[in-house]
Amino acid sequence: MIASLRRVFAILWKELLQMRRDRITIGLIVGIPLMQLFVFGFAINLNPKNLPAVIAVADPGPLARSVVAALHNSSYFQIVDQTNDPAAARRMLQEGKAVFVIEIPPNFTRDIVRGARPDLLIESDATDPAAGSYALAAFNGLAATALRDDLVGPLAARAQGPPPFNTVSHMLYNPESITQYNSGPGLLAVILTMSMVLMTCLALTRERERGTYENLLAMPATPLEIMMGKIAPNILVGAVQSVIILAVARYVFHVPMIGSLTLLAGALAVYIVANLAVGYTFSTIAQNQLQAMQMTMFFVLPAILLSGFAFPFMGMPVWAQWLGEALPATHFLRIVRGILLKNNGLPEILPDLWALFLFIGVVGTIALLRFRRTLD
Amino acid sequence: MSGLAIDVKGLTKRFGAKLAVDHIDIAVPEGQVWGFLGPNGSGKTTTIRMLCGLLNADDGQGTCLGLDFRTQSDAIKRQVGYMTQKFSFWEDLSIRENLEFVARVYGVRNGRRRVDDTLERLGLTARQRQLAGQLSGGWKQRMALAACMLHDPKLLLLDEPTAGVDPKARRDFWEEIHALSAEGLTVLVSTHYMDEAERCDRIVYILNGKLVASGSVSEVIEQSGLSTFVLEGQDVRHLSEELRGQPGVDYVGFFGAALHVSGHDRAALEQTLAGFRGRPGVALNEAQPSLEDVFIDLQGKAR
Repeated sequence: MIASLRRVFAILWKELLQMRRDRITIGLIVGIPLMQLFVFGFAINLNPKNLPAVIAVADPGPLARSVVAALHNSSYFQIVDQTNDPAAARRMLQEGKAVFVIEIPPNFTRDIVRGARPDLLIESDATDPAAGSYALAAFNGLAATALRDDLVGPLAARAQGPPPFNTVSHMLYNPESITQYNSGPGLLAVILTMSMVLMTCLALTRERERGTYENLLAMPATPLEIMMGKIAPNILVGAVQSVIILAVARYVFHVPMIGSLTLLAGALAVYIVANLAVGYTFSTIAQNQLQAMQMTMFFVLPAILLSGFAFPFMGMPVWAQWLGEALPATHFLRIVRGILLKNNGLPEILPDLWALFLFIGVVGTIALLRFRRTLD
Repeated sequence: MSGLAIDVKGLTKRFGAKLAVDHIDIAVPEGQVWGFLGPNGSGKTTTIRMLCGLLNADDGQGTCLGLDFRTQSDAIKRQVGYMTQKFSFWEDLSIRENLEFVARVYGVRNGRRRVDDTLERLGLTARQRQLAGQLSGGWKQRMALAACMLHDPKLLLLDEPTAGVDPKARRDFWEEIHALSAEGLTVLVSTHYMDEAERCDRIVYILNGKLVASGSVSEVIEQSGLSTFVLEGQDVRHLSEELRGQPGVDYVGFFGAALHVSGHDRAALEQTLAGFRGRPGVALNEAQPSLEDVFIDLQGKAR
């Protein structure tokens, strides 16, 4: 019994000694959770405010102006544009530049004065139904109180009873607010990030640990050739995963797929390469497999929490949105939701596609610069 | 070409404050087999790695196969076969898969045929489907040699290729080296084995990063200025302690049952040994110092 305990202690002591030798790993184990705690703690907001909205106002009257002013003052909406062309406003919704379009119809003021109860229309991008629900609720109350100061004198009667207009809300792209319509495509982005980074993060680390790295370096292959050779086969793995995830989304969760699947396949290929490049870059930096796995976690967690997958992107503080913009998952999430739910074409997804290409360029360059051609 | 496969001067490498290789000059004529000797940590591996472009030299100029070894390492890599000290092929690939991979990376023409021929030549054909990780030391070394030769290199750099390999496999390996050298290949091979050093055209001995002896085996022995006496007999085992530290005795060591006593001051050594002559059960004879005597002496002097 005592002898057994002594052996346990001997092994425990050896493990501690070895742990102490690997300071970088210890640093990562302590530092990364702390950093993530702070980043996600401050970034995640379950009651998103300042959501971008466009006002399409066709009535120059004072009551319409009061509604507009109330919207400007509301903390739930960030008015990014005001137009008199509802079609232009809807286009911004399509392109993802706004989450809401608020339409004030012509003769809004006149109809209220006449007691005709005009419609006040709010259209929301319901590809992420949770994102807009608080703002929608706030909108109903807001519109009613907006006119309180105006409904005096001869109009005082309108201030009594129900609001003098109807608020009509249209949930575009996902009228029934089905969560799976949002999470299905989102999971495609997140699962691919996880598995693709994992596939390549050990690419060079393993060669280094097994001693085959020296042999590889002694051969006449350039860093770019090695990188391409190591990334390419995993594109196939990513393609197989994508087909599986999309099939489940389609046939189990009944996610609508109204856009071009060819376009989606093209964007998927770019997204898969972006993630493989990240993993490969980690493998040029990591000293051992444990560090490579730490770095992978470090990348995957933000892809879940800051990309707009788990929490509404528009609800995050600006600095967190910038962090999110640096992640391929954020851009791909917009692309895949756009294509499947909004029937976006190439022009609409192009900005996010460019971001992915830029990401591949930057990360690939880092990997090539990090790749040591000698054992120095 | 200068007729020299390797021609470098002032080769130097620092690791932090430590001088791992200190201004070494090496000139290996084409077609020769050179032995690279020295104790562990003396800088052999570092030198070989600099020659094939795996480490950047801090100082020194020269050529490897007529190409500047500092700036043209890519071109050098294509014509050099480098065998690492530790087995560095992919253990989860079979012998054949490893060789085919190497052939493709080097762009070997008629790769499949070339792999077949190399397997045949090194007697690996029957084992070609075995995973490299399951091979014993001798077979691993054979496979590694096969892989280094696939692309028809002009120069082989072998870093302790026979460490941990049984005597028969070692002999076969050296026969292959000599056959390759007869075909015009230049070989630089590092080793700790004296019998292997004696198979080389010339040997280079480095110590603490400095080149301290070079030449043919007999030249190196001659240059050492060492005299060696051999004591044989039943009772010599007890004499080593007695001899150590006596005037003229620099080194005492057993070679099998015989005791080798070496020193640089021949007169003093003879005088000391005179006292042992005629002891019962002890036969004393002068002998040619062996390479091992010389190396142990060199290593001892540096301390």
